[in-house]
Order: sequence, then C-alpha cells, then structure tokens
Amino acid sequence: MRVQLTSYLTFISLLVLIGCGPGTKDKNALIWHAPAPRETIMADTLRIPVYDFDRLEPLLHQKDSTTYVINFWATWCAPCVREIPIFERIASEYDSEKVRVILVNLDMPSMWKTQLVPFVRDRRLSSSVVVLDDLKQNSWIPKVDESWSGAIPATLIYRQGKRRFYEASFTYEKLQNILYNF
Amino acid sequence: MKTFRMLGSSIAFLLLTSFMIYPGQIRNGYKPGDIATDFKLMNVDGNMVSLSDYKDAKGFLLIFTCNTCPYARAYEDRIIALDRKYKVKGVPVIAINPNNPSAQPGDSFDQMKKRARDKGYTFPYLQDKEQKIYPQYGATRTPHVFLLERTAKGLVVRYIGTIDDNYQDAGSVETAYVEDAVDAMLDGTAIAVTTTRAIGCSIKT
Repeated sequence: MRVQLTSYLTFISLLVLIGCGPGTKDKNALIWHAPAPRETIMADTLRIPVYDFDRLEPLLHQKDSTTYVINFWATWCAPCVREIPIFERIASEYDSEKVRVILVNLDMPSMWKTQLVPFVRDRRLSSSVVVLDDLKQNSWIPKVDESWSGAIPATLIYRQGKRRFYEASFTYEKLQNILYNF
Repeated sequence: MKTFRMLGSSIAFLLLTSFMIYPGQIRNGYKPGDIATDFKLMNVDGNMVSLSDYKDAKGFLLIFTCNTCPYARAYEDRIIALDRKYKVKGVPVIAINPNNPSAQPGDSFDQMKKRARDKGYTFPYLQDKEQKIYPQYGATRTPHVFLLERTAKGLVVRYIGTIDDNYQDAGSVETAYVEDAVDAMLDGTAIAVTTTRAIGCSIKT
C-alpha cells in the first residue's frame, strides 16, 4: 500500500514536472520537481514541505544542467539569517533554469509555527524553503558532504558531477564569484 | 586610454578573485589519538582553571558549549547529568564557551555567570576569551565534545563529537555516544565510535 502511494506520488511529481516544465517562474513553496514530503507545514496560503533525509536526498543529486545552491540554515542561527538576503538576491538575478536556490531549514519542530512560518512570511522569501527534520544527523551529515562537521551555515553548490561544499558564511561577492566560475 | 581600461579590468579581476574561497580546506584540529593541549582559562567563579589542576582525574569531558545555541540548551541538562555520573569516576566535565561576546552578546562573561548559577552547573564553565583554545582542538560548533584520557604521554583524545543521537528527547536516545566512549575508556576496551557529527551553532568570532 505504502509502495503504491509512493509510486503514485512520484507519478504525480513527474506530471507536475512535465506540466510546468522549463520556464516556470514560480519559485514558491513546493519545488517543481520536489520529492514528495513527509509532511507539510501549512499556514494560511504558505506551504512548507518537511523531509527526512532519505526523501530530501534526491534534491542533492539532480541530473539536469541547473546549478543548485543548497543552503542549510535555521532561524535561530544569526549568521545564517544574515546571509539569507544574499541567497535571495542571487536567486532573483539568475533564471531558475540556470541557478536554483533551495533553503534547507533545520529549525526544531517546536519552532516551525512560532519562528519559521513568520520568518518566511514576513520576509516574503521567494527561494524554495524546505524543512529537513531527521534526528539521525550522524548518518546524514556526511552524505551531504564528507567534510561537514555539522556547523551551520553550510552550503552545497553542485551541477551534475561538480560539487563544492562550504562550511562558512558568504558575502554576495563571494557567492557571485563562485557561481560565475562554476 | 586603452591601457587604463585594461588596467581597470585587471584590477577588477584581481578584486573578484581575491574574494574566492576554496572548498576542502584542511581544517586543523585534533583527531582521536592526538595529544591535546592544556590551557588556563577563567571560570565563572573568577578563578583560572587548567586541566593540570585536577591531580586525580583519569580524563576529562571537555565540552565546547554556550548560553545561546538551541542545541547547547537542548543538551544542557544532559551535560550536567554527565558530570554527575562521571566526575565520581574520575572524568569530570569541563565546559568552555568559545564564542566572542562582541559577536554574540548573550555569551558575555556576565551572562555565562548567570547561566551557570541559574542552571546550577556542577562543573567549571570557562571562557575562551582569546579564542585560541577552540581552534587548537578543532571545535567548530556548540555543543562539541572532546573526551580526553590522561596517560603517561599526555592527554590523549579518545572521542570527538556529539553527546547522543537524539537532541530532541533524552528519553528516546538509541546510542549514547559519549557515555559509551567514557565507559569503554574506563574499562580499557576499544571505543566503538570515536567521531560523530551533529548539527550545531557555528562558533562566533
């Protein structure tokens, strides 16, 4: 039954992928070919998908020619919050076919409604925001990158086989320069 | 004129490339088996503390932690419990706050004193005021645990990482990494897991 449901959801995701296809400008909430979330945080019109690592992992291995900027952050992390506008600016400057920014939030479940939802709503974030909620950090952190100690902010940038991981904060110039040369 | 333009673009190029950061930089810091440094840091009670002050200790649970990080707070009671359990066995907790209070005012020395008092810390809570100790250990986040064993060669690093595998609920922990490591160390048996990773707050500089 569960398998059937999963394949059904995959089928639907594929339909969405084909249906919207390239050129869609809607970067909000659910990503156009996002894997099916474990659950969804709902607040008014806002929808934030919640993944465990297994469900999130395909987002770290997309095969298309887009450059993915996957930033790991939390609302309680001051340096993360400071660099969110940088990611937003980058996302607005590139066509989402070229560069796609995904903000992977690591807030604790008790903070979703009280901190994360107001943050996303008040700042009108246009990048895709997804939540990663998975307690088995020691098993999934190295799957994101072998060098990651677990401190945030941290950012994975990849396009097909090329991957770079940064356990560091960005300035706009740094990020722009990395993407320019990627 | 043309020369000027070329000069201008060269400067722009240099400026741009100077911002580049390189991934995969080798991070300094200890690995299990390395000999750890001692230090002399100020405790919240105003006294200076060194590991050499503890003449009878068999080892130490050195924990880089702070007042402000939600993960540090989630583990605070468990850190107190670790001290209660292992101090009597010769492995006390020594907590070090590595954050620069100018970057994180909630981690000022006064706030550290308050936190230690309010929570009834049973262990020293030291300030890495010059931020010279945490980089030597290679701590990158709070909380970040280093288990040290006192040997004839010096303080040997036995375990580096997180306390257990469930920050949300101490009652649902499946693997208590730190307790397993200390127990094995005290038994003189091999430590099964010597490094672990966990999400934590970056150290504020």
